[in-house]
Amino acid sequence: MSAAKNINITLKIWRQKNAKTKGGIETYKLDNVSTASSFLEMLDQLNEQLVNERKEPVAFDHDCREGICGSCSLYINGRAHGPDTGITTCQLHMRMFNDGDTIFVEPWRSKAFPVIKDLVVDRSAFDRIQQAGGFVSVNTSGRTIDANSIPVPKDDADKAFMAAACIGCGACVATCKNGSAMLFVGAKVSQYALLPQGKVEATERVLNMVRQMDEEGFGNCTNTGACEIECPKGISLENIARMNREYLKASL
Amino acid sequence: MAKSALLKSSIGKKYWMALTGLFLCLFLVGHLAGNLQLLMPNSQLQFNQYALFMTTNPAVKILSYLTYISILFHAVDGILLAIQNKKARPVGYAKSNPSANSSFASRNMAVLGTLVLVFIATHMINFWAKMHFDEKMPLMTQTIEPAPGMKSEYYVGRAVGQYYQVDQVKLPGEKEPEAGLPPKQLEVKNGTDLYNVQANVKVGELYKDLHKITFDFFKDKKYGLYFTLFYVFSMLVLAFHLWHGFQSAFQSLGLNNPKWTPIIKFAGKAFAVIVPILFAIIPLYIHFSK
Ligand code: HEM
Ligand code: SF4
Ligand code: FES
Repeated sequence: MSAAKNINITLKIWRQKNAKTKGGIETYKLDNVSTASSFLEMLDQLNEQLVNERKEPVAFDHDCREGICGSCSLYINGRAHGPDTGITTCQLHMRMFNDGDTIFVEPWRSKAFPVIKDLVVDRSAFDRIQQAGGFVSVNTSGRTIDANSIPVPKDDADKAFMAAACIGCGACVATCKNGSAMLFVGAKVSQYALLPQGKVEATERVLNMVRQMDEEGFGNCTNTGACEIECPKGISLENIARMNREYLKASL
Repeated sequence: MAKSALLKSSIGKKYWMALTGLFLCLFLVGHLAGNLQLLMPNSQLQFNQYALFMTTNPAVKILSYLTYISILFHAVDGILLAIQNKKARPVGYAKSNPSANSSFASRNMAVLGTLVLVFIATHMINFWAKMHFDEKMPLMTQTIEPAPGMKSEYYVGRAVGQYYQVDQVKLPGEKEPEAGLPPKQLEVKNGTDLYNVQANVKVGELYKDLHKITFDFFKDKKYGLYFTLFYVFSMLVLAFHLWHGFQSAFQSLGLNNPKWTPIIKFAGKAFAVIVPILFAIIPLYIHFSK
């Protein structure tokens, strides 16, 4: 890898005071950004500059900064999580950009994810979908049996594990032209539907989660496949198909 | 108890889109097979017999009602879905690059579908409505030369070997021959029935000439070229609709598996190319034929 250098960039960032006000794109110049820094560190640097200028810093979501919590959610230069594959925004590095670049930074755009402030959106719609059925009811009174004592075919276990890799970041919704949450819900339905522990409540689960998904105002999947390409965790469209099968099974 | 909503839920709507869409794909194959007869030399009688069969056979009737319902349902459901999808993103992106992760066809199904609907509407006005409702729909005739130099026009009867000289048959609304000339012996009633005027008995049945309607339409001196181009353009639109739609329907129905999906995708693309091309060849052939 080439050595780190410093670049000067122009940022075009969505600024919005709160959920009720109208927002707009603001332009900022930021000099001396190290290509070894992460995208979020670059935003930290911008905020330092803004604070020094006695301006309001840019609000953005982040927590783990290592690609597992799913809270960083930025639409960068026309792409969910920016110009790299299989990563979240916090894993994006400034080496992906060049000196003189103009970089657009926008929040996820979805009716179901209203903007709270600047780049921060309210993703509690996903929580409500999870609460509608994205769990198995296990008695945790202390006499819980070990999950591994139930044999699971390797293939099913692998597929369930791959579906469970979804971190609920919402990039699928953000990138989908229909603002559809089907990749997320498909992953959550699949991760349980594939396992014996999840089969017991499979019918209720898929019906309730889909109902909640629709109520939240997400769009309908038209199988464009954009979500699968932008998902940082490589969640496959097969999960949507499995959800469609599960829903049909549950309906008949 | 959790409730399913096979009509109203997002996924339920998709099943219906997929089922009606695939049924319409079958319809396309049937329709194409019929149309291709137009490419055969001397297809007039065969084609008109086929057209008669398609408008009268009870089994075909059931299928055609299923087709009307499918088109309506597919179009209404598709437009409802498209409206919902628009609403799901009230504020768009300042910068986005949709072509990087999805195909043109997949992003424009509603526009493509609406154009197909416009085509279907014009197509039905030009052919289907004429066949079903037009009182002045021409009847099939043939020029026969029973003896050298005695060429004349005959209506073709449905029974083998039945021909009726055109100038002896009175069409509905036609004036009586001028005084002095003999009155006509035969008269057309109910569209295609041929009656003996004096005895008022049915003597035969004729064919509606859909073949002629089709050839005249695409060979029209003034508009034939435009009609042909519009037809070809519509088939291009249909091709894009199917390019994404065919395989998409299987995914909507939950049929996605590592072994079959690549085969379905390939078959879908082949279908999307071959079927519209074959459809489009027919008006081109007619327009440019002598
Ligand atoms: C012969 C005519 C047609 C055929 C064979 C056909 C076929 C299909 C197929 C196979 C699909 C995929 C279904 C799926 O993704 O599950 C589809 C989708 C679609 N069709 Fe058609 N279609 C036809 C006409 C129309 C018309 C007239 C409209 C009118 C608006 C239309 C609108 C749509 C829309 C909006 C979709 C996308 C639905 C979605 O993915 O949510 N189609 N079509
Ligand atoms: S499916 Fe992928 S893109 Fe969608 S929420 Fe899960 S991890 Fe994020
Ligand atoms: S901050 Fe946790 S995934 Fe990016």
